[in-house]
Amino acid sequence: MNKKQKVNLTRILVSAGLMILFYFLPIHGLIRFLLYQIPYWIVGCDVLAKAWKNIRKKKPFDEHFLMAVATLGALGLAVYETLVLKQDGDYVEAIAVMLFYQVGEWFQSYAVGKSRRNITELMDIRPDYANLDDGKGGLIKADPDDVEVGSLITVRPGEKIPIDGTVEDGTAMLDTSALTGESVPRSVHAGDSVISGCINTNGLLKIRTTKEFGESTASKILEMIEDASSRKSRSEAFITKFARVYTPIVVYAAIALALIPTIGIFLVTGRFTFITWLYRALIFLVISCPCALVISIPLSFFAGIGGASRAGVLIKGSNFLESLAETKTVVFDKTGTLTKGVFEVTAVHPEKLDEKELLHLAAHVEHFSTHPIANSLRLAYQKYGSEEDGCEVSDVTEIAGKGVSAKVNGKTVYVGNSKLMDEVGAKWHDCHQTGTIIHVAIDGIYAGHIVISDVVKPHSAEAIGRLKSMHTKTVMLTGDRKAVGENVGRELGLDEVHTELLPQDKVANIERLMKERKDPKDAVAFVGDGINDAPVLSRADVGIAMGAMGSDAAIEAADIVLMDDDPKKVCTAMGIARKCLGIVRQNIVFAIGVKILCMILGAAGLAGMWIAVVGDVGVMICCVLNAIRCLSVKKYL
Amino acid sequence: MKKTYKIDVDCANCANEMEEAVKNTSGVKDCVVNFMTLKMKVDYEDGVNPDEMLPLLKKAIEDSGSDGVIVD
Repeated sequence: MNKKQKVNLTRILVSAGLMILFYFLPIHGLIRFLLYQIPYWIVGCDVLAKAWKNIRKKKPFDEHFLMAVATLGALGLAVYETLVLKQDGDYVEAIAVMLFYQVGEWFQSYAVGKSRRNITELMDIRPDYANLDDGKGGLIKADPDDVEVGSLITVRPGEKIPIDGTVEDGTAMLDTSALTGESVPRSVHAGDSVISGCINTNGLLKIRTTKEFGESTASKILEMIEDASSRKSRSEAFITKFARVYTPIVVYAAIALALIPTIGIFLVTGRFTFITWLYRALIFLVISCPCALVISIPLSFFAGIGGASRAGVLIKGSNFLESLAETKTVVFDKTGTLTKGVFEVTAVHPEKLDEKELLHLAAHVEHFSTHPIANSLRLAYQKYGSEEDGCEVSDVTEIAGKGVSAKVNGKTVYVGNSKLMDEVGAKWHDCHQTGTIIHVAIDGIYAGHIVISDVVKPHSAEAIGRLKSMHTKTVMLTGDRKAVGENVGRELGLDEVHTELLPQDKVANIERLMKERKDPKDAVAFVGDGINDAPVLSRADVGIAMGAMGSDAAIEAADIVLMDDDPKKVCTAMGIARKCLGIVRQNIVFAIGVKILCMILGAAGLAGMWIAVVGDVGVMICCVLNAIRCLSVKKYL
Repeated sequence: MKKTYKIDVDCANCANEMEEAVKNTSGVKDCVVNFMTLKMKVDYEDGVNPDEMLPLLKKAIEDSGSDGVIVD
């Protein structure tokens, strides 16, 4: 509770206590009126002051005005009862209405404060200082803003990495959960690049900074979250407009309710019923207060965006949350998105040797090469043993566009494509598997081949399956060869696969999908890794970039950023978005439904002011509580 | 020229009203109010002195009927 909340709670309690006390005191007439003024003004002074201020500014129609008119009206009726009807008027009603209104406001402020703390605590990635070397072996705490690129900083256990950089010395486990929502710590060694916002859990790290603080990941993310509210959703725009026209309409309707039946009944029967209808008009005003919607809908979006950022999904505005909830087609890029984008040995098919021996020879021949294929061959052999095994490797010759040959333990080993095999006269044959085929020949005799291909990420199939169960069409676009692309498409069970596309073809495909949709509200989302697909990311209704840890381009181009490169996070994001929009819809229907019902009852004289105010505050509390549910995202992880 | 202010605001709609009010103040190019982090970013037009603008912004927010305030 902050100071304002404490003050308001005290006001509410004191006023309620006085009201109850006076109710049981045997007081009458003027004294009774004056005493009841005390709790009324204690609890209502700020509402009345605000209503008065807004009237003077000629912008009277807001909830303060509604409350002020309703409670003053109720007081007026009580005075009328006392003076004209000579009985004790009901002052409690006016005070109770004001009390309930304030209870609702207080509750809302408390709930908002609580969820605000919840979010900011979890998004607490802003580093406060950087430990700079002072040149005498000690450390000085510096403002991260003042640290120049290329400085050496020290991060001790328990501290946050303040600036992006490369580890020079030390090993540690990093807690990246604040950035990615991933709870498994990541280990880093000398040479690894690290990003700001991660927490060093155990080791001592010396880091050479590669960016300025303002350009570092943590600053970029915070900036993005802080700017997220600049893009408003249609629901929010609707509510703002709704509130603007609604309140005046309600006020005029209340005036009409007070006057028209009175005049009508007077003309027909000659009876004067103004007081009854005035009372009903006041009830109507209390019920009609739009707070529940005006408060709960923006709150739902804030909570949804906050909850999503806890799960490692950064959403740049509530309009994107809304579009994501309406997404019916998800388009994936292949390389780096559904697949790892790194080449791995996926099969070894020797003729006579065993698998280990074939890999062993290939790895030795490629030992000095820096080609990606050579890297993956060496990496695959590391599973079996070290390359430093005493084998003699000499005469390494690169044959441009074909492969490499070398002498290993006296035998000439050729590693390369089919052209190289033809050249040395080895009888090669093709493989049934798709991917890049690396043939191996020993002294001109074919020894077998190794298949290298891009591997599918472990969660890709699950992600596609979950999207399908959410009734979403899945499409894959890739610049890769037809055989490779269709193979991945089949393996993952995508609905549509388009291969051999240039970047502009990808844009054309997105436009085609957007044209094909049945309902213009159905959104098309594109998921890419932010490399070479910026135009597609911006063309789609929702551009989702993944693996944004350290990639500025992706953060700039996308509408939604997934902090790690797990495709399952797309489902997480969609789940959160749908839940959030579901809650918004529930609140709209519930609030408007209850209000209309109460208005009808009030206008017909079936509901008193008590029901009106309890209904109004009750609906608001329900809506706020419902909105806060957007914060919890565990189910979708 | 951009400047960030700390704000205090209880209801999300008041935050929207506050943002609208500041946006419509002359000398302000753009404004973003973040309800969750309680920050207001104001992008001023060139040649505007932010220190002189602060009272104007405060007045604009008050005039809009919003509950929000800029915390110094």
